[in-house]
Amino acid sequence: MSNDLRSPLSRARGLGSAKDGVHHFWVQRVSALALVPLSLWFVFSIAKLATGNTSYAALAYWISAPSVAVTLVLFLAATLYHSMLGVQVVIEDYVAAPASKLTVLMLNKFVHAIAAAAGIFAVLKIALA
Amino acid sequence: MSSKTPADPRPLSPFMLGQYYRFQWTSLLSFAHRITGIGLTAGALLVVGWLTAMAGGPKIYAMVGPHITAWYGQILLFCWTWALMYHLGNGVRHLFWDVGMGFDLKTAERSGYAVVLVSLVLTVAAWAVARLA
Repeated sequence: MSNDLRSPLSRARGLGSAKDGVHHFWVQRVSALALVPLSLWFVFSIAKLATGNTSYAALAYWISAPSVAVTLVLFLAATLYHSMLGVQVVIEDYVAAPASKLTVLMLNKFVHAIAAAAGIFAVLKIALA
Repeated sequence: MSSKTPADPRPLSPFMLGQYYRFQWTSLLSFAHRITGIGLTAGALLVVGWLTAMAGGPKIYAMVGPHITAWYGQILLFCWTWALMYHLGNGVRHLFWDVGMGFDLKTAERSGYAVVLVSLVLTVAAWAVARLA
């Protein structure tokens, strides 16, 4: 006899009361790992760009290189995903009322999804122009 | 427990600071991780705005570009660089903790000092590349 109130099936699934187990924890770390090289690349690329011609044409030319466009898309996707996960935790910690919590959590997802779509579309538009 | 007006209003987490909670270097770094994270979310949205303006063509970009090179834009960029480098460095510190390394107090305090130092070095390095190269 066990004092555990969880069923053996529930324990085997390991999903807990939120029904998604360690998924949030895990993807937060995977996106963090991806962002180590991606954000260093972004910062130092922008820094290097700042030393040369910073005209519109020069910036657009930089983005139009396939390697830059692809890395920028990866950077945007990983950043906005990681940001969405992080803001979600802050909301879960500080917004107490269930109705407003649900509203703000959904707003967080929508804002990040829109930003990701807009940012990636912008990179492709510049790169393929 | 579900009552909206507790009979005994006990101090909650933020109000513990100062009165009851001893200052710790490691907790300051923990707050800083969250604050820089929120700031970087705003920054990520600004990057999207920057790219969107660029995708809109030279005329629309001309409304954004001057703000980046203006003194306030440069100050924002400098603080932003540090926030990113700090969040990055402290994030790596968290990844080490996640695999069970560096949890004892001495190491946690030392890795905290190291992260602040590394974040400053990387920030200065990025600006040295931008300004001196």
